[in-house]
Amino acid sequence: MTNQPAIELKNITKKFGKVIANKNVNLTANRGEILSILGENGSGKTTLMNMISGIYYPDEGSIYIDGKEAVITSPKDAFDYKIGMIHQHFKLVDVFSAAENVVLGINKGAYDLNKSTAQIMEICDKYGFELDPVKKIYTMSVSEKQTVEIIKVLYRGADILILDEPTAVLTPQETEKLFAVLRRMRDAGKCIIIITHKLHEVLSLSDKVAVLRKGEYVGTVNTCETTESELTEMMVGEKIELNIHRSEPVSDETRLSVKGITCKDRQGIVVLDDISFDVKAGEIFGIAGIAGSGQRELLEAIAGLQKLTSGEIIYNNPKTGNMDNLRDKTPVQIRELGVRLSFVPEDRLGMGLVGNMDIVDNMMLRSYSKGHSVFLQRKKPKDLANKIIHDLGVVTPGASTPVRRLSGGNVQKVLVGREIAAAPTVLMVAYPVRGLDINSSYMIYNMLNQQKETGVAVIFVGEDLDVLLELCDRIMVIGSGRVAGTVDARTASKEEIGLLMTKSRKETEGE
Amino acid sequence: MASEIKNKSKREPLLHIVKRDDMAWWAAWSIRILTILIITFIMCLISVKLTGYSLPVIFEKMFRKVFGMIELGRLKMFWAYLESVAILLCLSLALTPAFKMKFWNCGAEGQALMGGLAAMICMKDIGGKIPEWLLFVLMVVLSIVFGMVWGVLPAIFKAFFNTNETLFTLMMNYIAIQIVKYYLCFLPDGSNKINPETIKHGMFPGLGQNNYFVNIAVVAVLTIVMFIYLKYSKQGYEISVVGESQNTARYIGINVKKVIIRTMLISGALCGVAGLLLVAGADHAVDTNTIGGQGFTAIMMAWLGQFNPFIILFMVFVIKFIELGMVSVYTNLDVSFAEVIVAIIILCVVGCEFFIRYSVKFNHRKKEGTV
Repeated sequence: MTNQPAIELKNITKKFGKVIANKNVNLTANRGEILSILGENGSGKTTLMNMISGIYYPDEGSIYIDGKEAVITSPKDAFDYKIGMIHQHFKLVDVFSAAENVVLGINKGAYDLNKSTAQIMEICDKYGFELDPVKKIYTMSVSEKQTVEIIKVLYRGADILILDEPTAVLTPQETEKLFAVLRRMRDAGKCIIIITHKLHEVLSLSDKVAVLRKGEYVGTVNTCETTESELTEMMVGEKIELNIHRSEPVSDETRLSVKGITCKDRQGIVVLDDISFDVKAGEIFGIAGIAGSGQRELLEAIAGLQKLTSGEIIYNNPKTGNMDNLRDKTPVQIRELGVRLSFVPEDRLGMGLVGNMDIVDNMMLRSYSKGHSVFLQRKKPKDLANKIIHDLGVVTPGASTPVRRLSGGNVQKVLVGREIAAAPTVLMVAYPVRGLDINSSYMIYNMLNQQKETGVAVIFVGEDLDVLLELCDRIMVIGSGRVAGTVDARTASKEEIGLLMTKSRKETEGE
Repeated sequence: MASEIKNKSKREPLLHIVKRDDMAWWAAWSIRILTILIITFIMCLISVKLTGYSLPVIFEKMFRKVFGMIELGRLKMFWAYLESVAILLCLSLALTPAFKMKFWNCGAEGQALMGGLAAMICMKDIGGKIPEWLLFVLMVVLSIVFGMVWGVLPAIFKAFFNTNETLFTLMMNYIAIQIVKYYLCFLPDGSNKINPETIKHGMFPGLGQNNYFVNIAVVAVLTIVMFIYLKYSKQGYEISVVGESQNTARYIGINVKKVIIRTMLISGALCGVAGLLLVAGADHAVDTNTIGGQGFTAIMMAWLGQFNPFIILFMVFVIKFIELGMVSVYTNLDVSFAEVIVAIIILCVVGCEFFIRYSVKFNHRKKEGTV
């Protein structure tokens, strides 16, 4: 069956109102092959895959499976055609075990968990998954949950697998493991489609790459015959430079020093354990670590959103020369102290912005309470919104469009633009390029660099170690809420950081 | 393979449903208004069957009930219509800020009843003992305070213990009803019923033939104030932010607890005002059925009006017209029929939102044998 076309799309078009998500897309994926669907954000990758997996129905065009025309109106139809999709956001029942989640929804007589567990173990052995079938979902790491999702579709006999941005939430090591498994599945004759925008993953994993740009199909190339810059050009439509310029830090003055902060979550579990570090004015201070090691809590603690059990956060105010302690202060009190702290949180639409409000009202979030009037002043936020749309090239029908309708990259431009417009002295950004296309990502990096050059202390929480090493001046690695070490980003290697990440993990597991 | 055989027989479905959010406002409103007109017409046809009147007679009765006295130079009926609009509108306006905050206040009924009770206590038990102007002041203050207390209790529990506000506000309604019942047990004549004729103090004055001038004027002002408050004030903005995302509110330093409590104070106060207007401006009596379920109808009105005071105003006008008209059509039969018909109409108006949010696409049959 190898190298037979498993799935063919012919002239697929899908519109959402006025937006054309896919226009006349033609695509073929073979068995025994890994096909990457590459495209920038908003280029219609996910929409296209959702039509194959039965979530959307195409407006025009048809889908052929094994050479026969197929009608897929629901995810159940997709399963009948042996198509399985692993979504970016997992759809698992938290309080169930892995095995229970896998068998859930299969309507073939009585459940026999023991038998199913045996089958699950068989799948694990065959492809090299590591999974404990009785482990409950809520105790699992992100990568384990993803494993459950993959096994779920394999268990149902899927031989066309679609993975939507599977590596977005994984560490480098976990990504490697996933790739090894995917290669083994390919060798077993399955057809694997992976949606991604990370070029080095495309090059290391896939056999063929199909490129989409603005909803249109650009072409398919064999991975072995292409290069990173050629793919970028196909994706973006123009040649772009992929270098991050790094200047020397401008000063040696410490802007923010965090001294031994400890904090517990609602269940009383220590999430930050005696963390200390200094950030200088005019440097980019990177924070690396496995997802969920306390990065979010650390930034929230500095922003005044987390209660600390001990420690101090000292802000060196460049205007007054005072050393202000920010501990136990609310965001409003911090602002009243004259601390110009900007924060781009990880959860853009759930924390940084309000999805249903337009760009103007979102600009107002930071500034609305200024002045004594009981009424809102919309003039300045409106000017700011127009300025950001113009300067950062935000693609939007207008300033009065709700931000939830913008694509991920444009949402982030609005948020970062607003935070930088507040003229911060400390700028904290958490995963600022997650889900962003190449152009937007580099735009964000450049903005951070500009801030650094004007003397802003930038704290950058990132996941892509290559980027961290290229962009930052120093990198602090944290693991399980503790500092595992700080390295000079100019001299350190990726392996060194990886080692620190895993070292801290082993220490906690040993306890 | 078995599954392939099964799929072969599967035909392309006739239609599929697509979410949309690009419908122009005029198109959306055409759908809503057409729905109201069509469903009302259908209900009139059904009424022909049920009552035996001809269709023109039914229309005539409906219009005569609402506008009928205009031609005779007596506007009494029309003022009564406006008054019933005012009360329902006041309750809907009261719910709007809470709903905008995603605080599902289902307790307008109880909050208004408490306001009405406060007014009644002043009118019946204090009236005549203090100067009339002082009595009015006391009535306004006490009604608002009673409504506020009923509104703010669930808010405090929500803010500090994250209790479910829907159940809490709903339960508070029953407490209010029982308190009114208890109050009525102690009437001097032992009748369990207040005779409006015996109330001599604290009644709102009319203006010419319009007995309900105060009610209509107060609610008209409230509508404008509420519109401005929600759209242009900082507090209104905070309400929207808290409603959309409490995390965002925390992030920019809004005190979420304070906003929840403040907004429910406003919501409860306005319900109290509705009770006051109903008792002092119209009924001159109170009983457990004074609000008559309008606190619940107001929930629908706030939603249908998309939390915009002026659209709510329009919706209340339409629904009240149909309701009063239908009541006059069914007076000889049973007024309950009228209520059933109004309920069906409201349901259909809510249902038409489907065609505004989604579009139905018919699939074109594909050419065979392209493989």
